[in-house]
Amino acid sequence: MNAQAAVTAKPSSVQRAMRFVLPVIVFAAGIAAWELVVRIKEIPPYVLPAPSVIVLTLIKDWAVLSQSLATTLLTTLEGFAAASIGGIALALLFNQSKWVEYSLFPYAVVLQVTPVIAIAPLLLIYLEQQTAVVVCAFIVAFFPVLSNTTLGLNSVDRNLSGLFQLYGASPPQTLRFLKLPAALPYILGGLRIAGGLSLIGAVVAEIAAGTAGAGSGLAYRIAESGYRLNIPRMFAALLLLSLAGIVIYGVLALVSHLVLRRWHESALGKES
Amino acid sequence: MSAVKTSSAVEASLTALAVSLRGVTKAYDNGVMALGPLDLAVRKGEFISLLGPSGCGKSTALRIIAELSAPSSGIVRVARHEGEAQPGHGIGFVFQEPTLMPWTSVRENVRLPLKLGGVPKAEGRARADAALASVGLADFAEAYPRELSGGMKMRVSLARALVTDPDILLMDEPFAALDEITRFRLNNDLLALWRSLGKTVIFVTHSVFESVYLSQRVVVMTARPGRIQADIRIETVEPRGEEFRTSAAYSDYCRKVSAALAPSYSGQSTL
Repeated sequence: MNAQAAVTAKPSSVQRAMRFVLPVIVFAAGIAAWELVVRIKEIPPYVLPAPSVIVLTLIKDWAVLSQSLATTLLTTLEGFAAASIGGIALALLFNQSKWVEYSLFPYAVVLQVTPVIAIAPLLLIYLEQQTAVVVCAFIVAFFPVLSNTTLGLNSVDRNLSGLFQLYGASPPQTLRFLKLPAALPYILGGLRIAGGLSLIGAVVAEIAAGTAGAGSGLAYRIAESGYRLNIPRMFAALLLLSLAGIVIYGVLALVSHLVLRRWHESALGKES
Repeated sequence: MSAVKTSSAVEASLTALAVSLRGVTKAYDNGVMALGPLDLAVRKGEFISLLGPSGCGKSTALRIIAELSAPSSGIVRVARHEGEAQPGHGIGFVFQEPTLMPWTSVRENVRLPLKLGGVPKAEGRARADAALASVGLADFAEAYPRELSGGMKMRVSLARALVTDPDILLMDEPFAALDEITRFRLNNDLLALWRSLGKTVIFVTHSVFESVYLSQRVVVMTARPGRIQADIRIETVEPRGEEFRTSAAYSDYCRKVSAALAPSYSGQSTL
């Protein structure tokens, strides 16, 4: 029994290390090859900047770029907050009344399937620029929260519902002690998707706004640098956007893990 | 049928009834008759089993008594605590599955009925701990349901049903999914609890052996729509224990109950 456990434990720890080490090796090799090709072929930076040049640009332009990063992150955060609150609230409303769900759900789908890049210019006409950008982030991000929360609220154990009914639970009690906790894993899954999507929504709206001649977010920096053929700065801004996306995803995944670790299958080890 | 009715009527006049069903039927929305008409009288403090084939409506009958489901016709009377304001607190229900909330501790699961009824937290916790102690799980109050075995989860479910100190305990095939050894142990513990607490128990099962071992009366039901096929009184030396399980009287009763149950299965030979 012990020997068997040791045999199964060993590859799993090696595997875990490999999951971390292998992507790092691939990344390092890719960067090295990139740097090498640019140097050997003497490619000019306005065609393809070397990684070292991108990092130097990032440091040199930090004052401008960090300002833009803060703007984009703020937009993302506002859009994400609006999407979370709006998505969960609408799902709760749908759960209370089938009629409301039947009346509104098709429009939520329409909003979801219409490409946001096509809506953004319209929003920029009717709304103030900062508001329009946040609304774009909201539109892209709110649907996964809505649909996941709805799924979660509808997945409540039928017997547990019966139990709450038997003990005369009021609707607010049922919501607080049964429906919300039961839906929590689904809600957190929706939020994890929404975090990345609100960044995308913010970037799309910034690009649309940027071409209209204003704005200072990272996406605007990318568009602006493109016009000026400042390619290293384009790459530096892109790098910051990627990092922001990774951090957002990581934070939400961590929150999800911490909240669910004591009881939900998704946060438990496979063998437990 | 008529004989059953008469004996119920006699019993009713002799002792107070905990539950009485009169001409209760249940039809599903698609018109299929699931139950009845069913007449059943359960005396206070009695332990009865509803025994029948799967789908005969015995769980439906239990849900109707618990008011989790409304009968299509007929009269349901359930004796309640006097002065208990909360509906349902006179009834404890144990489902087929443990039906625990996975997101909270065993203690909070057991405390749930009290929390919903507005009992203060400290008192609720004390009563939950007492209920857990009565099913032998005093040390597991802090554990989460996923950390327990199937039998222990069922005990938690039983503790939750007992925590409101109900007069009537409804149990819907609670031990069906457990292994035999665990089931025997839980059977004995349930009998001990019943003797010490003096509750009325209505126990739904499809096991002949379990029904004879546990109950004072075995009510055998027909296949759908469920009606009463036979009402067999199990009389033996109390308290029952392992020696009853191996006695000749026990196997006689099992044979008798099986014989009463046989017609319910005759139409289902193709299954």
